[in-house]
This record gives sequence, C-alpha cells and structure tokens, in this order.
Amino acid sequence: MLYSEKVMDHFANPRNVGEIPDANAIGEVGNLKCGDIMKIYMKIEDDVIKDVKFQTFGCGAAVATSSMATEMVKGKSVKDAMKLTNAAVMEALDGLPPVKVHCSVLAEEAIKSALANYYKNQGIDPTPIIGCTGECEHCHGEHDHTTDKE
Amino acid sequence: MAEPRLVYADNAATTRVDPRVLEKMLPFFSVDYGNASTLYKLGQRSHAALEEARKNVAAVIGAKPGEIFFTGSGTEADNMALRGMMHSKQAKGRKHLITTTFEHPAVLQTARALEKEGFRVTYVPVDRTGTVDLQALEDAICEDTVLVSVMAANNEIGTIQPIAEIGRICRSKGVYFHTDAVQAYGHMPLNVDEMNIDMLSLSAHKICGPKGVGAIYIRSGLMLDPVITGGGQEKNRRSGTENVPGIVGLGEAARIKLEGMEQENERLRKMQRRLIDGVLSSVPECALTGHPENRLPGSCSFTFTAVEGESLVLLLDMKGICASTGSACSTGSLDPSHVLMAIGLSHETSHGSLRLSLGEFNTEEDVDYILQELPGVVARLRAMSPVWKG
Repeated sequence: MLYSEKVMDHFANPRNVGEIPDANAIGEVGNLKCGDIMKIYMKIEDDVIKDVKFQTFGCGAAVATSSMATEMVKGKSVKDAMKLTNAAVMEALDGLPPVKVHCSVLAEEAIKSALANYYKNQGIDPTPIIGCTGECEHCHGEHDHTTDKE
Repeated sequence: MAEPRLVYADNAATTRVDPRVLEKMLPFFSVDYGNASTLYKLGQRSHAALEEARKNVAAVIGAKPGEIFFTGSGTEADNMALRGMMHSKQAKGRKHLITTTFEHPAVLQTARALEKEGFRVTYVPVDRTGTVDLQALEDAICEDTVLVSVMAANNEIGTIQPIAEIGRICRSKGVYFHTDAVQAYGHMPLNVDEMNIDMLSLSAHKICGPKGVGAIYIRSGLMLDPVITGGGQEKNRRSGTENVPGIVGLGEAARIKLEGMEQENERLRKMQRRLIDGVLSSVPECALTGHPENRLPGSCSFTFTAVEGESLVLLLDMKGICASTGSACSTGSLDPSHVLMAIGLSHETSHGSLRLSLGEFNTEEDVDYILQELPGVVARLRAMSPVWKG
C-alpha cells in the first residue's frame, strides 16, 4: 500500500486542524470501533463557510481526507459545499489505495453532517436537502460507508 | 527534506542480514553454483555446504542434522507440519487438530483450510498476557486428536509459551506436538528432546539470515505426507532444487546465534527494559501488551489511548523510526490484529497498538532516540484526536 505525495503532505501537514469555539455547525461521523472518527467544526455566516476545522482519530488517509475536505469547502457557500463528493476529495489527493476509499466517504459524510447540523440549528429538517448523512438515529451503526462507492 | 537517522525497530518483521552471513553466501551464487544432487565435485561442494548448514541449524535446538529439512519459508514449514501430519493420519480416522487463537496466519489459515477439507480444529484461548491456557489445551485433547500446534513465542506481543509443559502434556496423551518457532528460534533456548517437540518451524530472515529460506525439524521416524512433490530432494519430504546460497546463509546465521545467544539476549533485555520503562513513564495513558516478564528479549509492544496505529507508524517513519502496528488500518480490514483480539483487547484499544522490536544491530542510542521522539509523536496525534480527553 502506497500513499500519494499529496496524501502524505496532507497527513504530515494537515490543514485546518483544531476546534472552533463559537462554531455554529458541528458534525461527527465514524466510530471508535472501526478506527476512524472525524469531527468537523464550521463557522457559517450568510450561508458562507467562513472557517472550518477538524479533529480526526484515524489512519493516514483519514487525516489527509479530513484535511483536504476542509480545504475544499472553506470559503464556499453552503450550497456549493453540499456538492462535495468523496470522489472529488480522492481526486484532489491524487487517489487513495482501494482499502482506504472509505476514508474519503467518511470525509464527505463529515462535511455533510456539519451542514446538516447547521440546518438543524435553524430549525430546518436537513434530510430532504442533504439526504442521509449516516448519523441519523435510524441508521446509526448500520450505515455502511464502503459499499457502492468502492 | 533531509532524511533523519534511521532506527530500525521492526526486527520481528525481518532482520538485516549479518555481513558474515552474506559473505558466506556469496560464493554459492557464482563460484560453487552446482546442483547439490549432482555427482561431480562442483555439485558435491554444494551438497557439503547443505550438510554443514543442516548441522548448524540442528545444533540450536538440540536436534540431529538428519532431522532438519530446508524449505522456502517458515510459512511453508508450518504448512508441511499441519497438512503433512493431518493428511498422513487421515486414513486411520484421526481428524482432530488443536491450536490456539493467536497463532501466526501461517498456522491459522492452514488450520482453516484443513477444516474445509473436513478436519476438526479446536482453537484454545490465551489469557491477557498472551499465554496459552494449559488446562483448556489438555481438556481439548481427545481420542482422535493427531496434533497440537502452539507457537513458541508470539510475533506481535512477544509472549513466550510454556513449551516444555505443552510438550509434556502432548507426550503423556500420545499426540504429536508442533511448535511454530519462527519468532523464537535463535532468540531463546529451545531443546526438542527436553521439551518433547516433534516438529518445529523456523525461518532464516528473523535471525539475520536471508529471506526466502526456512526449515522444519521433524523428529526422526515421523512420517508426513509431503506438501510439495517432485524430484525427491530433502529425503522426499520437500522437493525442489535446494536454495544453496540461502541455506548456507541460514546455517551461518544459526551458527552465529548459537555462539552468542546468551550474551546477545542479555544486551537486548537491558535495552528492552529501558525502552518499555521509558515509554510507560513518558507517555500518559499507554500500556504494555503481552507478558510483562516472560517475553522475547527484543520485543516491546504497547497500546496508546486515542491514537490510531497507522498514523503513529507513519509519523514515526518521518522521524526515521521503523515500527509496526496491529491496527485495522494496517490489516486492510475493519478488524484489528487477531492477536490483540485474542488477548481480550477491545477494538478501540487495539487500533492504538504499536510494536517496537529490537535486534542485533540496535544500540542504546537507538533506544534514546525512540524515547526522545515517541512521546512527541503520540502527543501530536492526540492533539488532533476528537476522542482524546487529556
């Protein structure tokens, strides 16, 4: 298994690591048992992501995809950020080994989970807008991050 | 970016070839390249070299040279022992194999393959220190048990098994005893007679020999079905033209080991103690895995709370330290190492595992360097971990 230079760069020098104390959108996906947890903090003003930070427990690919995903949505409108896909994250990192594709899926879900939280905080049901983010009650723990995208 | 110093601390994965071993091997590539099965002098020199190696390999475990058979790897030796023995007793209706839950995949996957063929396999559990449950092992032996296979020392956590006791139990119950000693051979005293070992697997590349060569000890008189058939080399037990340079390397590595094992182990134990104590005292929320005392001399294995093993290994590599982990990410599946599961660790804990294994070429300075760099690397990962409450 070999990581691309870009993956190693984002792993060794991750962008946007940390917390945002006054974040108005927070998303967390993954679980400790599987070995990856990503937590995303966003400061959204006028529907624009002014700041975004992450904390990740996981492998090199998990850290790199978190870093890249936050870079890709920073400064974007909520609408544009919602279009982020795992494939785009992977492409931006010059690819991932097949066994690590799920990390990019997790990164996409982490961003969407934060955006869903943003809508929820405003009293809007995010499901029709964002779809299932893997964190909702009914599919918690059953959501498969790997199928159909690997 | 300037490459920092290299500290190789993954000697349980493989070792650097000893320069004396390499020197001994070289002529057999281009000068004494004869096939050991031929009649002319060139071939006979190869033959003589094989027999010298056989003698040296046997001496480490108190075996007779004629009881050593060369293979292409430790894995192949394990396959020969399990498949060869089980197949040979099949006709008599004996179909039961006993092994443990934390064997190397070379044994575990072979046992699973035998199950598919219709053999029965009992997997005896190990305790939290990684020591096999002797009572469970004895209780598992029944009328049609053919073979008990227990590794001499574990590759991931270093725990040494009560091999003499297992040998005694097997002998008293009339079943054969195989031990996978790939990790232990040359690193701890083993004696096939005193320990009642009927078969033993070993590998050259764990003792500063070359990769791609191993051997199996088979007690004289024991008949096995061959796994590899062909030209009848190694007394029909393992066909295929002998890897003369590799075998010569194995023999020389064994000779060097036997000569200096006691002294080398003492040196390794000192470094091991310092590394284990140093890590435990300088990194918060970290634990030793495996037995606190009864472990291979170079083996140091830990778990770190809220840190993932692959990230740990990658960051250590950036500092020039080679180490390994049993985290799921390293295995390419969602499950962490079966060894860490077998000793009762949770998935969560196992994801934060790290193995540092010291060997012949490590120095006290290497230990200093690891102790200097590791705490910072762990702290860096914890700083970005959403589950670290420190």
